[in-house]
Amino acid sequence: MSHETLSTILFVVFVAGTLGITFWASRNTKSASDFYAGGRSFSGLQNGLAIGGDYMSAASFLGIAGIIALSGYDGFLYSIGFLVAWLVALLLVAELMRNSGKYTMADVLAFRMSPRPVRTAAGVSTIVVSIFYLLAQMVGAGSLVGLLLGVTSQTGKVWTIIAVGLLMIVYVVFGGMKGTTWVQIVKAVMLMVGAALITLLVLGKFGFNLSGLLGDAAGASGKGEAFLKPGLKYGTEAQGIWGKIDLISLGLALVLGTAGLPHVLIRFYTVPTARDARKSVLWGIGIIGVFYLLTLVLGFGAAALVHGKIDKSGNTAAPLLAQEIGTQVFGDVGGTVLLAVIAAVAFATILAVVAGLTLASSSSFAHDLYAHVFKRGQVTDRQEVVVARIAAFVIGAVAIALSIFAQSLNVAFLVSLAFAVAASGNLPAILYSLFWKRFNTAGAVSAIYGGLISAVVMVIFSPVVSGAKTAMFPDVDFHLIALSNPGIFSIPIGFLCGYLGTVLSKEYSASKYAEIEVRSLTGIGAEQATGH
Amino acid sequence: MTVQHDPSVYERIQAGEQFQELRRRYRSWAFPMTIAFLVWYLLYVLLSGFARDFMGTKLFGNINVALVFGVLQFVSTFLIAWAYSRHAAAKLDPIADELRAGAENRDEVGEGAK
Repeated sequence: MSHETLSTILFVVFVAGTLGITFWASRNTKSASDFYAGGRSFSGLQNGLAIGGDYMSAASFLGIAGIIALSGYDGFLYSIGFLVAWLVALLLVAELMRNSGKYTMADVLAFRMSPRPVRTAAGVSTIVVSIFYLLAQMVGAGSLVGLLLGVTSQTGKVWTIIAVGLLMIVYVVFGGMKGTTWVQIVKAVMLMVGAALITLLVLGKFGFNLSGLLGDAAGASGKGEAFLKPGLKYGTEAQGIWGKIDLISLGLALVLGTAGLPHVLIRFYTVPTARDARKSVLWGIGIIGVFYLLTLVLGFGAAALVHGKIDKSGNTAAPLLAQEIGTQVFGDVGGTVLLAVIAAVAFATILAVVAGLTLASSSSFAHDLYAHVFKRGQVTDRQEVVVARIAAFVIGAVAIALSIFAQSLNVAFLVSLAFAVAASGNLPAILYSLFWKRFNTAGAVSAIYGGLISAVVMVIFSPVVSGAKTAMFPDVDFHLIALSNPGIFSIPIGFLCGYLGTVLSKEYSASKYAEIEVRSLTGIGAEQATGH
Repeated sequence: MTVQHDPSVYERIQAGEQFQELRRRYRSWAFPMTIAFLVWYLLYVLLSGFARDFMGTKLFGNINVALVFGVLQFVSTFLIAWAYSRHAAAKLDPIADELRAGAENRDEVGEGAK
């Protein structure tokens, strides 16, 4: 049996299993709290796994292993930003949000503000961030499946994007938060087991001598010692000072973006209490941290063992390594099986992440824009859920269409742009809301739009969109800025806009601040679990 | 929708000594620690950009400063997360529980929305 056939069989099993879960979840999803927050009845461990499943995208699994395999140390640098970022979520955001919010990021922001402008801004930002992220994932899925299953035709890619999109729509429309969470839990377990297995085999091959593995990797890469230190990919010496500023800018967006990503934030609502939200982030940090340590071995292992065979993007590094180490340890059949397993894990990874993104954006559309902005709160629970389901379908369809249109363009930068927007617009609004007494509507709206617009505009005029061979539009050149990552400017701009908007407006309510501060720290009046 | 409460209830709790202590214990731990780990992380990123020869210094075998520094970021993240959970369980949760129980007993604040 070929690895393509085996991968397909494994993938069909995963899809059948997750559709079963979705069917079960749909029968237990009745109220708005069920659809948006899974009835708030997940345990800390379950939600921690789901946090891992939501967060570790194919870009972090195949992408980071690939960057390490091709450019050495710099891939590790990327993963460190992704991990340290969770401390911001743990110390400043997770518990306070669980205590004071309900279903979406905007619930916390609108708490003591004029709800309509703030919910509009937060809804727009949520949908923009989620769609950016979604596009990068779905276009990536198209080429990934091509590489793994040997489907190289354009039609094959288009069908892959459509299939991924349809599955994600089914998970979200029918399963809501319950279905999506279970898909993410199953995926996180598969990913951790798969990555740990390959890591153990690779380490075993090198007699658990990390130094030996690094030496072989550096030797095989042809770059020698430079392969083991920073500088081959981000801020290379050839790029000069702007390259290095770009590296710092990327680092800032990674570390500050996570706690402002809407699909991450809504996970804190799925547990019964703030204490469970804390536990889930602790589990999440453990799972994500161990996973990135595993990718370090996978990346250097791929550099040492399969260096010449890896494609330009690096995405095939982990699958090729799985095949090679399987063949070396268990023979040809072992290689085929491990390759198929890793390919199936990669599909599962993509599906779990895109489902989380679709859920976050459709929840925000229904709860923030439809229920509170268009209908001014005059809607029933049931109506909100119907609108959320329709929104999931429409957003999914739009994402499929945009991804097909963008499939031949290089849109990988959209992931770091999503982090930059989250760090520049959402994070200042959240932190000011929770901790700054004086903060008000004008401040919240200015922070969100200021951060969002400055990040997006800077990227439009950056080398990732035009004027470089690797740009989204390589044939035109309208770039004005040398930076690919806007964070170093857009994050301070977001915080500054929030500050100026606040002090230039007279609005201020001490009693509303007292309410959010007391509620967020004590859990008085927090939303209760509904459970079934 | 959440039931509308008399806002002065929250202001009274906020002004109380117990809540002020909770707020102080939370902020005096979380804020400096956030600054500390951000500075520690930025130091790592800056060294990765501007001190590459230092980062490439070999410590033992092929293990260099860059790798050890990177792994230390993982270690510090795990340790800070663990320390926060200990701090919260010992110093924050008991006061929060008391305040919540007190407010619910006096029935000053209703439950959140269902």
